[in-house]
Amino acid sequence: MEENKSTKKSEEEFMENYQKFAMKVPERKPEFKTESGIPIKPLYTAKDVTSSSKDIDLGFPGDYPFTRGVYPTMYRGRVWTKRFLIGQQSPEIFNERQKAMLEMGQTGINFIPCCNTAMRGFDSDAIPKETIGRCGSTIDSLLDAEIAFEGIPIDKVSTAFNDGNPCICAALYFALAKKQGIPLHKITGTSNQADSLSHWMSLHQLILFPLEAHIRCLVDHMKFCTEHVPKYHPLSIVGQHMAEQGATPIQEIAFTISNGIYYVKTFIESGLDVDDFAPRLSFFFSVHNDFFESIAKFRAARRIWARIMRERFGAQKPASWQLKSHCQTTGVALTRQQPLNNIARTAFHSLAAVLGGTQSLHTDSFDEPLWTPTPEAQRIAININNIIAEETGVANVTDPLGGSYYVESLTNEIEDRVLEIISKIDHMGGMLEAVNKGFPQDEILRSAVEHQREVDSGEKIVVGLNRYTISDDDDQEPPKTEINEELIDRQIERTRKLKRDRDKKKAERSLEDLRKAAETGKGNIFELLIEGALTYLTRGEMVGTLRDVYGFGQPLSL
Amino acid sequence: MKKHTRVLMTKIGQDGHDRGIKVVTTMLRDAGLEVIYTGPWQTPESITQVAIEEDVDIIGVSSLSYDHPLIFKLLDLLKENDVNIPVILGGIIPRSDAEELKKAGVKEVFHPGSTIESILECIEKVTA
Repeated sequence: MEENKSTKKSEEEFMENYQKFAMKVPERKPEFKTESGIPIKPLYTAKDVTSSSKDIDLGFPGDYPFTRGVYPTMYRGRVWTKRFLIGQQSPEIFNERQKAMLEMGQTGINFIPCCNTAMRGFDSDAIPKETIGRCGSTIDSLLDAEIAFEGIPIDKVSTAFNDGNPCICAALYFALAKKQGIPLHKITGTSNQADSLSHWMSLHQLILFPLEAHIRCLVDHMKFCTEHVPKYHPLSIVGQHMAEQGATPIQEIAFTISNGIYYVKTFIESGLDVDDFAPRLSFFFSVHNDFFESIAKFRAARRIWARIMRERFGAQKPASWQLKSHCQTTGVALTRQQPLNNIARTAFHSLAAVLGGTQSLHTDSFDEPLWTPTPEAQRIAININNIIAEETGVANVTDPLGGSYYVESLTNEIEDRVLEIISKIDHMGGMLEAVNKGFPQDEILRSAVEHQREVDSGEKIVVGLNRYTISDDDDQEPPKTEINEELIDRQIERTRKLKRDRDKKKAERSLEDLRKAAETGKGNIFELLIEGALTYLTRGEMVGTLRDVYGFGQPLSL
Repeated sequence: MKKHTRVLMTKIGQDGHDRGIKVVTTMLRDAGLEVIYTGPWQTPESITQVAIEEDVDIIGVSSLSYDHPLIFKLLDLLKENDVNIPVILGGIIPRSDAEELKKAGVKEVFHPGSTIESILECIEKVTA
């Protein structure tokens, strides 16, 4: 009581002093706010945390509701997985780059397939050659997976696939494991972009079929992995691309968690027990520019999800309550102008992710706004992680910012605002209804337009872009990623040859099984994709067959 | 700017990254232009067809994952069909590729960081 009174009195005195000082040295802006629009006061004190009407029990790292981290030891036990996206041109390049990055400290694989072929369900011989492999690695068949993972011990390393559902990359990988005689229960990793609802409403790159078909494939994938690949995460619930589309940190969390609620309901309705699958759900977030808001965002997200899982869905296992996340530092905040500045930016973003308690991290390379990264640019990016881990000391204590007046106040404020949006979506009938009405899409676009206006007007400063600029002539382009056209040619020929040389009967039979399962709704699509992969069916053939049955997905657009 | 300049905004090839095109479309509409957005996954053929059908004054193409080489084909098709609609481009385009595209007939290439004002000025100039 006494303590509170004296804090209140001191704060008033401080503000008087503050106003006096501000007469001589005015504030830099008419208002200060976070990226989500939360007003920022000059000062935060214990009052801001304890005066909240919520019963805030920060708890401990590893304890429900995990505000301070999902594990008791956090990075003192094991630092976050350094999981860098690798993939460009062809599987040979992936193999080469991946091995080099494993030497530089990469601890989890993060395979990105070609945006224009694989992500769109096509083989390399199906689209104009000049657009292949510039943005992700080609990977048409098991043959390509064999090349990609040659010499990499897939029973010992965790592999995430930046591949949408029906999770062809995962099917190829599990087929590869089978071929190598590795039991599937040893395989770890994540289907990092299997979250089709988020793609339906945001980044459409990975939408192949109507949404219901994607969800069916996802349920099959979840069921298969629950039974046969228990260490694998079949679903990462993704906020990252919403953030890149313009969502503020608050919107990113609110919409991602709402999607999570939809998925948990869907899997339960499919017959799975919540405690059977929830521990293997993972989340995938962006890290925004606003340093402290990004940190607070993770803490709020963990607390909100834990409560939802325990209270709303009645999950019993602590592992079901844990929000484990992979993060990718923001790309849209990087500039093409003076690109070396991006090294500083990505360092701050990475630090925020670490202080926020992420389990896994990809740091963008500085040349990301220009092209798929060079090996040197990627090396710098992973060394940012190595420097944070080994040199800054931040990983030597659990939740170093716990108790910070500002961070705790922000965490509370974000939680309140996120819960408001989730409640709004609940009242709309859930996330699927909200998406069909265009609600989150409109909100995200509004934020994106507002951001653009603020940058155009100079209200928001982007260093090198609208302030501290240099001329184009002085702005040297960094070394460019060179595409080896021969490898692309080789890939195209490899796929063509595969289609000629494989056992045609077996391939046709497995394709027919897949088609039947899609048509009748019986059988497990994902299991049949693995079988198909083993007969050297290609992605284009498998996705093409599913598309024949399900149709082409056309999400709501502007 | 002539009243109600008609703009066709489109994404060519397989690229689905559409933040930029949606923001630009919204801001052009706020500035009073009539904008038709085709959605992603258009081909040079489909873009040519829509441009003719909609009788637009300018075509704005967006490319974020290296689909811009397809624009050469688009320019050829427009020429073959005697369609005199200027094309501008926005997205992630290496400088050297941007130069090649401009030589081939693209009126302007907008890199990340371009302001909406610069785009409006360009549309006004090019459709005058």
